[in-house]
Formats: sequence, C-alpha cells, structure tokens
Amino acid sequence: MSILRRPTSLFRPRRGPDQSLLTEHRALIEDIDRRKLLRGAVSLGALSMLTGCNIAEQSQVQSALRTVSSFNDWVQARIFDPNKLAPTYSVDQVVKPPRFNAYYEIEDVKPVDLASWKLELSGLIADKRPWSLDQIYAFPEQEEIIKHICVEGWDYIGQWSGPNLRQFLTRIGADLTAKYVAFHGQDDYMESIDMASALHPQTILATKYAGEPITDPFGAPLRLRTAVKLGFKNPKWVRAIEVTNTYQEGFWEKQGFNWFSGL
Amino acid sequence: MKRMHPAVVRIMHWTNAIAMVIMIMSGWKIYNDEVIFGFLHFPDAITLGPWAQHGLQWHFFGMWILGLNGLAYLIYGLVSGRFRRLLLPISPREVIREALAALRFRLQHADLTHYNAVQKTLYVGVILVIILQVISGLAIWKPVQFSFLTALFYDFQGARLAHFFGMVAICLFIVVHVSLALLVPKTLLAMITGGPRVDDDPAARASSAPASNM
Repeated sequence: MSILRRPTSLFRPRRGPDQSLLTEHRALIEDIDRRKLLRGAVSLGALSMLTGCNIAEQSQVQSALRTVSSFNDWVQARIFDPNKLAPTYSVDQVVKPPRFNAYYEIEDVKPVDLASWKLELSGLIADKRPWSLDQIYAFPEQEEIIKHICVEGWDYIGQWSGPNLRQFLTRIGADLTAKYVAFHGQDDYMESIDMASALHPQTILATKYAGEPITDPFGAPLRLRTAVKLGFKNPKWVRAIEVTNTYQEGFWEKQGFNWFSGL
Repeated sequence: MKRMHPAVVRIMHWTNAIAMVIMIMSGWKIYNDEVIFGFLHFPDAITLGPWAQHGLQWHFFGMWILGLNGLAYLIYGLVSGRFRRLLLPISPREVIREALAALRFRLQHADLTHYNAVQKTLYVGVILVIILQVISGLAIWKPVQFSFLTALFYDFQGARLAHFFGMVAICLFIVVHVSLALLVPKTLLAMITGGPRVDDDPAARASSAPASNM
C-alpha cells in the first residue's frame, strides 16, 4: 500500500540531488568533462576506422529511418484526440523543485534579465506587439498538475500555472488554422508543435511552478508546458512565439528525435 | 499435401526474427539512456544505433514490422487452424512430465509435425508475451491518448517495467528456442525448407498421430 501511494515512480528518488553540490564541485566536474571530451574524441575516431562501415551507407540508413519517423509524425497526428485530457494529480504528489534538464548542465544556465524581457510575437499573428512580463502576469491563469515525461524514460509530477495557450493565441489574433506554433528559447533552443496540440486545453505558457514564479534553471520567466508532448517539446526561457505554416526542425529533431513526440 | 511449415509461416517466422532482433537491440539502447536498474547497462556493442535517438528511430521502425507481421501471423494462425492443430490442447500434467524429461535430456521430438507439451507451452507463452509487449509498448508511447493501457500497468513507470520484463522473457525464450533448434538441427532446417509434408485431411492426420504423445 505504501509503495502504491508513493507520489513518484518507484525507481526515482522523491527529491532531486541538492543542486548546490554542483556549484561546490564545479572545478572537478569541468575537469572530468574535459577528460570525457578527450576520451570521446579518441574513441569516436577509432570507432569510425574500426567498423568499416562506409559513411554513405550509414546516411542512407539514417535517411530511411527519418522517413519512417516522419510517417510516425503523421500517424501520431491522427491518433491525437484534441479533447482527450491527460491524467492530473494532487498537490501532495508535486515534486519540488522540478527536475532540471537541458542540453547543457545546470551551472551553464544563463538567467534571463526579467526587467528587459519581452515576449516577441511573429508570423501569422494579427497583433504582434511584444508582451511584457506584467502583461503576461495579468492574463487569466490556468493551473495544472501533470506528469512531465522525458523521452529518456523518467517522469515527475509538476504543478504549473500561466496563460492557457489557446486563449493567448486567440487574444493576439493568431491564425488558429496555421499548422505550427514555434517557441524560441533564450538559449537558442527552438521547438515547434502542431496547432492541434497548441490548442489542447492542457497546453499553457507556464510562469509559475507550485504557485511561485519559475526559477532560473527551470525556464524563468516563461516556458511552454503541455500535457500532450514529451518533455523536450516544452521549451524553457521562451523569448518568442511564432505561428507559421512552415515546418521547422527543432533542436532535438536535428539530432534525430521524432518531431511530433506526442504522448 | 502441404509442408509442415507453409511458405507463408516461414516468411512470417523469419520476418519476426529480424523484427525481434531490431526491437531488442534498439530497446537496450533506449534503456541505457535512463536505466531502470542501476546495476544494469547494456554494452554498446550489442545495442542498435550510436545514440538514444537512433535507438528510438530503429524501435519505431521495427514496431511496424513486428506489429503488422504479428497481426498477420495471429490472423493466419486462427483462421487456418494452425494454432488449434499445433498448439492446443496443453495438458498441465503432460507439461510437467515432459519438462522433467527435458531437464534429463530425454525429451523426444522425433515427429517434427507434432509439438510436445513443453514446446506448446513455450510457443503459446511467447506469443502471449509478445502481445503483452505490444500493449505495454503502446502504453509507454501514448500514455495520454492510450491512458487506459498505461493504467493497466499502474502508471508510466509500471508500463516501462512490464516492457522490460517482457523483453527478459522473450530473451529467455530465444535462448531456449535457439539452443533446442541447434540441438535438433532438422527443426531449424524445417523452418527454412518447410519440413515434412503433412496431410490436409484431419481424419488422416488423427490416425497417423503418434500414440506416444497422446
């Protein structure tokens, strides 16, 4: 019984490690990283010589697999039910702080200057005037306690609040028949999602976590949180929103991850 | 007179074998990205794809082969009567007796066209595990759209765990299956060439069935 009632998964600690440890041991970590880089460079070179695989053949396989991945995007868009709600959880199941994840380490997070921050709008939007943080805070807030599921396989329950994306897009006069909404992060991270997922009732522009403004490592002041996509489809430190009919590969799709990545 | 393994069965068997290898090796790659058990990492040499994303690409390619081929196999097995003829009935007493015989290396498999109780159990078992594997796989892939499937395994991590143990069960099956096929090479040959010819007429088949297996 007690096992079943645990708020998070059986195999993850309830709390993340104390992040101050990272700053304390920064020098050591960087040193280890340098060694890893060296080792990686050596073994990658060695590997490419040892396998005897020719590069052209490799990229043919890769392009075939990416074609299948695009087909899977199409299939997932058909499976997607715009009215199907993701399970929600109770406040006592919320993990605090949220789990940090980015393509770089937590000590490399560059905090956004909140005073000068503005949310830029571009593409198929009638009113492209940028939004200040105060304006965003004044927008009606929606709270959701949902599971964040990472493509790697871990998950945690988080409590997010902020403007509902559909309401926000409606307010700025976005073309809701456009195909994609792209989110540009301060850290040159970009991810685009399909319009149907953008308009899902559980897709919000989160400004708060567990009732408090989102802190720097987790995307302050604004990040996307949608219950219908894998974690990496939720850019943090968002500085611009673009509504478009042009497909754009996001940061992780360029590395080979699936674009739709719907849950 | 048909072959014991008609061409369509042989094609589906080997297609499934390839799909299974793709699914297992790419699955190990995906597993390595976020291990369930701290002590268990699969060596890169036996995983598919240089990085996790390539493992995922292979997995979501392999799933179509496995799924469509498996569906065709189930429909064929049910409609043609192959399942009923070869895999049923399974008597628990026979399973125990023959499993003990197998452990003493005394299990007979002289008549290829008739599966012994141990074989029947293993084949039915692995078919059920693969079906369960598809269900837990869908539960992991679509925990919102197919949340009713995810709920069958308690939650997302439960589905991951079930998917992992399904893989373990299939790997154990493969070890036993391949070992036995190599011990009795004519069974392996039968899955390539088709094996002995069998009578289509059920009455004739019943009378020719070896008494030792009854």
